[in-house]
Amino acid sequence: MRGKAWKFGDNISTDLIAPGRYFHLRENLPELAKHVLEDARSEFAGRVKEGDVIAAGKNFGLGSSREHAAQIIKISGVSTILAKSFARIFYRNAINLGLPALECDTDKINEGDELELRMEEGVIKNLTQGTEIKTSPMPDVMLLILNEGGLLPYIKKHGDLPVVK
Amino acid sequence: MGMTLVEKLLAGASGKKEVKAGEHVIARVDVTMAPEGTGPLAIKQLIKLKEGPANPSRTIFFIDHAAPSPTRQTSNAHMFLRKFAKKTGSNLSEVGEGVCHQRVVESHISPGEVYIGADSHSCTVGALGAFGTGMGSTDVGVAMALGKTWLRVPPTFKIETNGSFPKGVYSKDLILHIIGKIGADGATYKSLEFCGDTIKNMTLSSRLTLTNMAVEAGAKTGVIRPDEKVKEFLKEQERPEKFRQIKADEDAEYEKSFEFDASDLEPIIAAPHQVDNVKPIEEMEGTKIQQVYLGTCTNGRLEDLRLAASILKGKKRHPDTRFVVVPASRQIYLDALKEGLLETFVRAGASVLGPGCGPCMGTHEGILGDGEACLSTQNRNFKGRMGNPEAFIYLSSPATAAASVLKGEISDPREVF
Repeated sequence: MRGKAWKFGDNISTDLIAPGRYFHLRENLPELAKHVLEDARSEFAGRVKEGDVIAAGKNFGLGSSREHAAQIIKISGVSTILAKSFARIFYRNAINLGLPALECDTDKINEGDELELRMEEGVIKNLTQGTEIKTSPMPDVMLLILNEGGLLPYIKKHGDLPVVK
Repeated sequence: MGMTLVEKLLAGASGKKEVKAGEHVIARVDVTMAPEGTGPLAIKQLIKLKEGPANPSRTIFFIDHAAPSPTRQTSNAHMFLRKFAKKTGSNLSEVGEGVCHQRVVESHISPGEVYIGADSHSCTVGALGAFGTGMGSTDVGVAMALGKTWLRVPPTFKIETNGSFPKGVYSKDLILHIIGKIGADGATYKSLEFCGDTIKNMTLSSRLTLTNMAVEAGAKTGVIRPDEKVKEFLKEQERPEKFRQIKADEDAEYEKSFEFDASDLEPIIAAPHQVDNVKPIEEMEGTKIQQVYLGTCTNGRLEDLRLAASILKGKKRHPDTRFVVVPASRQIYLDALKEGLLETFVRAGASVLGPGCGPCMGTHEGILGDGEACLSTQNRNFKGRMGNPEAFIYLSSPATAAASVLKGEISDPREVF
């Protein structure tokens, strides 16, 4: 997976990602996606390209449980979310949808850097800077879910919830 | 080594004698819930696995976040929930019945049970000694379909508070103070276990304010040992047989322990745009407020309305400040009506609206204008939360909110008693 970095700060709430004033668009995800992250960076939704990467600070996705936040980030074409840390509910939501959410030191990424995600190696290649950033290892259960493309594909294939010892 | 309260709850739910923080468990889910903002998506995920919920009698769909509906699209989402609930024999909580978290506490959840809701404040039920946590639509749809979920047993932060509150200070001030100390992500993945004399002496209503806001420190849940007050509440709610004792072991292992002295506290304000951006009232006094909102799953209970009414009785709102009151449930609305509290609010110049979430999340009933400020008793003040990213949201106790209604600016409740 390869794409351009979009930088965001700390504490990007789901209210910033999927504002409550678009509540009426909740059942129309492509339409809601036109407003993704509008209150954090108003130009993002119009310019984000397939494969691009969000590189945020700490506690990304805090607040409301609205899965629509993760859904519309995925619909917008974002291939990966990198953050120093994630809020719990958002993290589960992203992985459940098969959207990689990885913790790493995003200070080493600049706006517009070309990034390549190498999940198996646990690194992000920063092609612009010619550097590599290590990602924190994902919990086993999250890897199981992500590797099947999300929670529903996992359950359909394995017939039950993921179990780790 | 013994178990914390949340470890006890999850051991029970996963059929194990003992579980430890960090352990992965498959937990039985007793009650599931989704309101209209997240419910349709949860149903769409659910029906990819099964025709309906595993336990329809303990599955509830709530129409509360935008009720009565402000738009055609939301009306259609409401219809979708009604139709599915009817078809599958699930519960539907209609317009006017109240906020999901309050309704679940009143009628659906009991000590020792596990509750998964498609709303982040599902941790509220912890004040009854139940495990509750918020999840997204997919997780909730799956929990509805299978009657179980996977969980990582959270490590516990012990939050001990002793001492009596000074005049004008309440559980809302305490939880804002705690979140200010821990930080908005300081308890991510953790369980907050509230204990100490202050909690023991607190009403269940005040305790619900604490557990409701556990998620604002990032926590998975907040729990309190169920005691006589919970027993009494369950009796009032006509399910006395549902009471059970459950408590942490003496030698339970806590990841961190915090101690607070309630007698040191003063009224607290969370300033825009973060819940952990807390300030003592002196620093915020005089901030002009165009709207005060009294209500929500955090502070829309009878005790909160009584407190605000005691300050507002026979008085009028400041002419530059609107006042919106939304009782959290129909039961609370009726009680407040009987006690004359709603009349006090109406005479003070309030717009008293039907039970539900009210303007908390910016869908209707009091969206703020550009540059306006609202003082709210809700749990969250993120930018854009109340429908306008150009507005400012301050959080406080019901007493501070009522005092501010009178002066049109953030005001110290200790000066109006």
